[in-house]
Amino acid sequence: MAHVAIADEGQELHHPKSWVTAYIWSQDHKVIAIQYGITAISVGLVALVLSGLMRLQLGFPDTFSFLAPYEYYQYVTMHGMIMVIYLLTALFLGGFGNYLIPLMLGARDMVFPFLNMLSFWVYLLSVIVLMASFFVPSGPTGAGWTLYPPQAILEGTPGAGAGILLMLVSLAIFIVAFTMGGLNYVVTVLQARTRGMTLMRMPLSVWAIFVATILGLLAFPALFVSAIMMTLDLQIGTSFFMPAILSMGENLEYEGGSPVLFQHLFWFFGHPEVYIVALPAFGLVSDVLSTHARKSIFGYRMMVWAILAIGGISFIVWAHHMYVSGMNPYFGFFFATTTLIIAIPTAIKVYNWVLTLWRGNIHLTVPMLFAIGFIFTFIHGGLTGLFLGNVSVDVPLSDTYFVIGHFHMVMGVSPVLVLFAAIYHWFPKITGRMFHNALGVWHFWITFLGTYAIYLPMHYLGFLGVPRRYYAYGTTDLIPESAHTMNAGITVAAFIVGTAQILFFINVFWSLRKGKKADPNPWRATTLEWQTPQTPPAHGNWGPELPVVYRWAYEYSTPGSAEDFIPQTDPVDETHPSSGE
Amino acid sequence: MNTGESVEMPGGMQGVVSDWSADKEAFKVPWGKAMMWIFLVSDTFIFASFLTGYMTVRMSTTVPWPNPSEVFALTIAGHHIPLILIAIMTFVLITSSGTMAMAVNYGYRGDRKKVVILMLLTALLGASFVGMQAFEWTKLIVEEGVRPWGNPMGAAQFGSTFFMITGFHGLHVSAGVIYLSVVAFKVWRGDYEKKGNYEIVEITGLYWHFVDLVWVFIFAFFYLW
Repeated sequence: MAHVAIADEGQELHHPKSWVTAYIWSQDHKVIAIQYGITAISVGLVALVLSGLMRLQLGFPDTFSFLAPYEYYQYVTMHGMIMVIYLLTALFLGGFGNYLIPLMLGARDMVFPFLNMLSFWVYLLSVIVLMASFFVPSGPTGAGWTLYPPQAILEGTPGAGAGILLMLVSLAIFIVAFTMGGLNYVVTVLQARTRGMTLMRMPLSVWAIFVATILGLLAFPALFVSAIMMTLDLQIGTSFFMPAILSMGENLEYEGGSPVLFQHLFWFFGHPEVYIVALPAFGLVSDVLSTHARKSIFGYRMMVWAILAIGGISFIVWAHHMYVSGMNPYFGFFFATTTLIIAIPTAIKVYNWVLTLWRGNIHLTVPMLFAIGFIFTFIHGGLTGLFLGNVSVDVPLSDTYFVIGHFHMVMGVSPVLVLFAAIYHWFPKITGRMFHNALGVWHFWITFLGTYAIYLPMHYLGFLGVPRRYYAYGTTDLIPESAHTMNAGITVAAFIVGTAQILFFINVFWSLRKGKKADPNPWRATTLEWQTPQTPPAHGNWGPELPVVYRWAYEYSTPGSAEDFIPQTDPVDETHPSSGE
Repeated sequence: MNTGESVEMPGGMQGVVSDWSADKEAFKVPWGKAMMWIFLVSDTFIFASFLTGYMTVRMSTTVPWPNPSEVFALTIAGHHIPLILIAIMTFVLITSSGTMAMAVNYGYRGDRKKVVILMLLTALLGASFVGMQAFEWTKLIVEEGVRPWGNPMGAAQFGSTFFMITGFHGLHVSAGVIYLSVVAFKVWRGDYEKKGNYEIVEITGLYWHFVDLVWVFIFAFFYLW
C-alpha cells in the first residue's frame, strides 16, 4: 500500500467565526505567536525596570534610597528568572518558533492548533502567578534566580513562604505550557513539511528552533521535578534538599537531605537552557546574515551538524556551574573537558557567520546591523566562557562581577540583539508595514555601544574580586575607590541604554500606523515565509495550494541567475540554476 | 522527490536514511502517534529525575534505610509474606498491558466490540491497581505511622520518596484509566468507524505501556533494592 503523507490529505482548519475566536481564543499560529511576543516583551520590561533600580542602588549607594537590602535581593531574583525563562525562552520558541515554523516549512498551521492555543494561555497563567508574588505580603522570593536550597526556603530569605511558593508553582505551570507548545513544534517540523521540503532544505532558523525545543523537552523535566521536591520541602516538611540545619537559633525539623542534589537537577536543566535560548538565536541570525549579505550561508551542512552537536553536548556540561559546590574534583576535570569540547561546534558556527559575510554584498540594514553586532558580543562572551569553563580560573572568578559580565554578554545581550534583528527583519511580514529606518539605526548604535560601556567594566571589577549579589560595598581595602567610580559609570550607561529602548517602541507603534506599506518580500529573501500570497499572511497561510519547494533556502547570488536571489519555490532550470545540495 | 505515486520503500539502514531525507515527514506515522512518542520521552526524563533524586537522598541520609521487604509485607492466613501486595499489583498492571495489546490488535481488525471490551478491561485492571495502591498507602499511614516528613522505621526520606514517586505514578495510572475510558466510549459510539481507523487506540496503548514500564523501574529500584 502506498503511504500517503498526512500533509497531502485534506486538512481541516479551524475557522474563526468571530473577532474573539480570531484574535483572543485564536488557534492560528501567527496570532498565538504575537500573543506570546507581546506577553514576553511586557514581562521583560518589568525585569528591565528592576535592573534599572538595582543599578541605581549599586552606582549611587549613598544618593538613592529606592531599595531596602531585602528588595535588592528580590529584584535580582526576579530580574534573572523573568529574563531567562519568561522573556527569552518564551519569545524565541513561543514567539518566533510559532510564527516561523509553519511559514518556513510551507504548512498551514501547527499540527495541533488547539494545544498550541492552550500553550499560550497556560504560559500567561504562569506569568500571572509569577507577577502575583509582587503583591503578597512577603513579596517575591529573594533566593537568587538559581533558588539554591537550603536558603531558598528558610525564614530570613526575603520572600520566604508565599514568594518562593509562587515562584515554584509558576515554574511548574510554565513547564506544562512549554511542553504543549514544544510537542507541537517538534511534530510540525518532523511530520508536516510541504512537498520538496526535506530536512536538509530547511532554513537554519527552523533547524535551530527544532533542536532547542527538543532540548527543552528533555531539560525542563529536571526543573519540574526539582520544583516539586522543593515545594514538598517547603510546604509539608520533607527533606529532599534540606540537611539538618540550625536557623535563627533553633534546630529545624529537616534532616539528611542533599542540597547538592538540587544543584545537579537545576543545572541539568540550566545548562541546556542556555542553549534553548542560544540555538534559536544562532538560527535566526544565520538567516538574517545570509539574506542581507546576499550570499548563501557558509557551510550549511556544517551549521546543521554544529547545532545538533551543541544540542547533544549541552547535556553533559552542567556541572561547570558547580565547581565551587564541593563536588568531587574529578567531576570538575570531566566537565571542564566537555565544556571546552562544546566550544568547538560553537566556534565553527562563528567562523561560518564571518565567512558568510566575507566578500558578500553586505546591505547595512537595521536587522543586519543587529546581526553583526551579535557576532561581536557573542565572540566576546564566548571567549570569557573559556575562562570560566576551566576549574582553576573559575574558582577565583566565581561569584564575582566577571561572571555577571560574561553571562550578560553571552546570554543577555547576544540573544537580545538577535531578537531585535529578527523583529526588524520579520516586521514587514508580520505587520505589513516597514519600520522607520533612522530610528532603528539610532536604536542599534546606542544599544550596541552602550552594551560595551556596561559590561566591559564588569570584567575588570571581577578581576579586582568585587563580589556579585551585594547590596552595597561600603569601604573596604578589597575594593578601591576607582571601582566605585566605575560602578557609577556603569549605571549611567545602563540608564542611557535602557532609555534608548523607548526608540524601539516608538518605532513599532509609529510604523504600525504610519509606516510605509511593505512589499511582500522587501529583503528579496528566498525562504517560504516571504512567498505567501498575502502580507501579512492570511489564515491558512497559502491560499488553495500549498507551495512546492525545489531548492535549498540559501540561493543568493547564484552564478548564472539574473536576480541575486531565487526563492525556494522556483523550479530549477537554465535561468534559475541551483547552487546548493 | 516524492511525487505522490506508490514507491517501493527501501528497508534497513537505507530505509532509515531515506525516511530522514524525505520531504513532508520523517516517520511514516500519524501526527498524534509521533507526538505521544515525543511526550513519553520527555516524561521518561521526569521519572528518571525522580528516581535519581531518590537514589541520591537514600545515599545522603545518615539514618538507616528501612527494609522494604519487611515494610511491605502482609500477614495472610497466618503466613508472613514479604512484598506480596506489590507482587499482586505488578502482576495486575502487567496483565493490563496484555489486554491493551489485544485491544490494539482487534482495533486493526476493525472488531469494535472486542476493542471496547478489552479497553474497559484494561481500565478496570488499572483502576484496581490504583485501589490496591490506596490500600497500601492507608496501611502505611494508619498502621505503620509513615509520613512524608518521618517514620518510626528509619530515614525520613523513605516516606517522602515513597509517597512522591508512587503518588506521581499513581496519578499517571489514574489519568490513563480516564483516558482509556474516554477512548473506549468513543470507540463504542462509533467515532472511529467514520474516520476508518483506530490509531487512537494504539496511541492510548503507547501511553499505557509506558506507565507499566515505569512501574517496573519503580518496583526494581524502590521495592527490591
